[in-house]
Amino acid sequence: MENFTPISASVGGALIGLSAVFLMWSVGRIAGISGILGGLFTATKNDRLWRVSFLIGLILGPTLVSFWNEELLDVTFPVQGSFLILAGVLVGLGTQLGSGCTSGHGVCGNARLSMRSLIATATFMITGIVTVFILKHFVGG
Amino acid sequence: MGDLKSAISTFFAGLLFGVGLTISQMVNPAKVIAFLDISGDWDPSLAIVMVSALANTFFGYRYIFRTSKPLFSSEFRLPKRQDIDARLILGAVLFGIGWGLVGLCPGPAISGLTFAGLNVILFLSSMLITIVGFRVITRK
Repeated sequence: MENFTPISASVGGALIGLSAVFLMWSVGRIAGISGILGGLFTATKNDRLWRVSFLIGLILGPTLVSFWNEELLDVTFPVQGSFLILAGVLVGLGTQLGSGCTSGHGVCGNARLSMRSLIATATFMITGIVTVFILKHFVGG
Repeated sequence: MGDLKSAISTFFAGLLFGVGLTISQMVNPAKVIAFLDISGDWDPSLAIVMVSALANTFFGYRYIFRTSKPLFSSEFRLPKRQDIDARLILGAVLFGIGWGLVGLCPGPAISGLTFAGLNVILFLSSMLITIVGFRVITRK
């Protein structure tokens, strides 16, 4: 566990939680990224602006952090190329079918003690772990 | 006017979310994979991020829901469904596989747009095309 970063994880997690609370307090919406994004393509004009402004903020967040610590923007991709395209399809389809992702189910839904979110979170955690295990031990890399 | 206030507050909510993802390093796919890789040099950071986010949201929501409506909108829009159906499970399974393959979920992928290069653009384009396709096909 040499790479364990409990302090930045707690602080970062708290900010994500505050964001979810602030979004609910101000406009009454769930901070589920796949839902906010997906709704963009079917929303009415009135329902579109808040989604766009949330996503612009989300894109600019790392830039704000980079003024303080640029190292946090050094990221590593364990896999590349066609894996990314395949994963994009799976994540896109999975979040729309399952009505949520790590934020919508994992944070907001579980905070509301929703059984659907609890089941979804347990399911994608387990399949994520199994996928990494199979990739590592049977596919190599 | 209500629109402008909502847009400004949701911008800050998004910004705060992006800052949280960056500080917690959830924008780094290798960090996410290190959590999912329980048979390796396990890094439990992601679990701490989830618990911290969840705890803050849990108490924050409780406080907010005492009020009758949000500041800049007429009502709280909460999912009402409670049934566990095959679609929910299948969706979560597919999402989990995709997440495990590369270590990216929608939030960090969008936040990675300005600095994570071609890799994140490949993932995002593929994800966006799928989402749009899904929404068009299933639109009632």
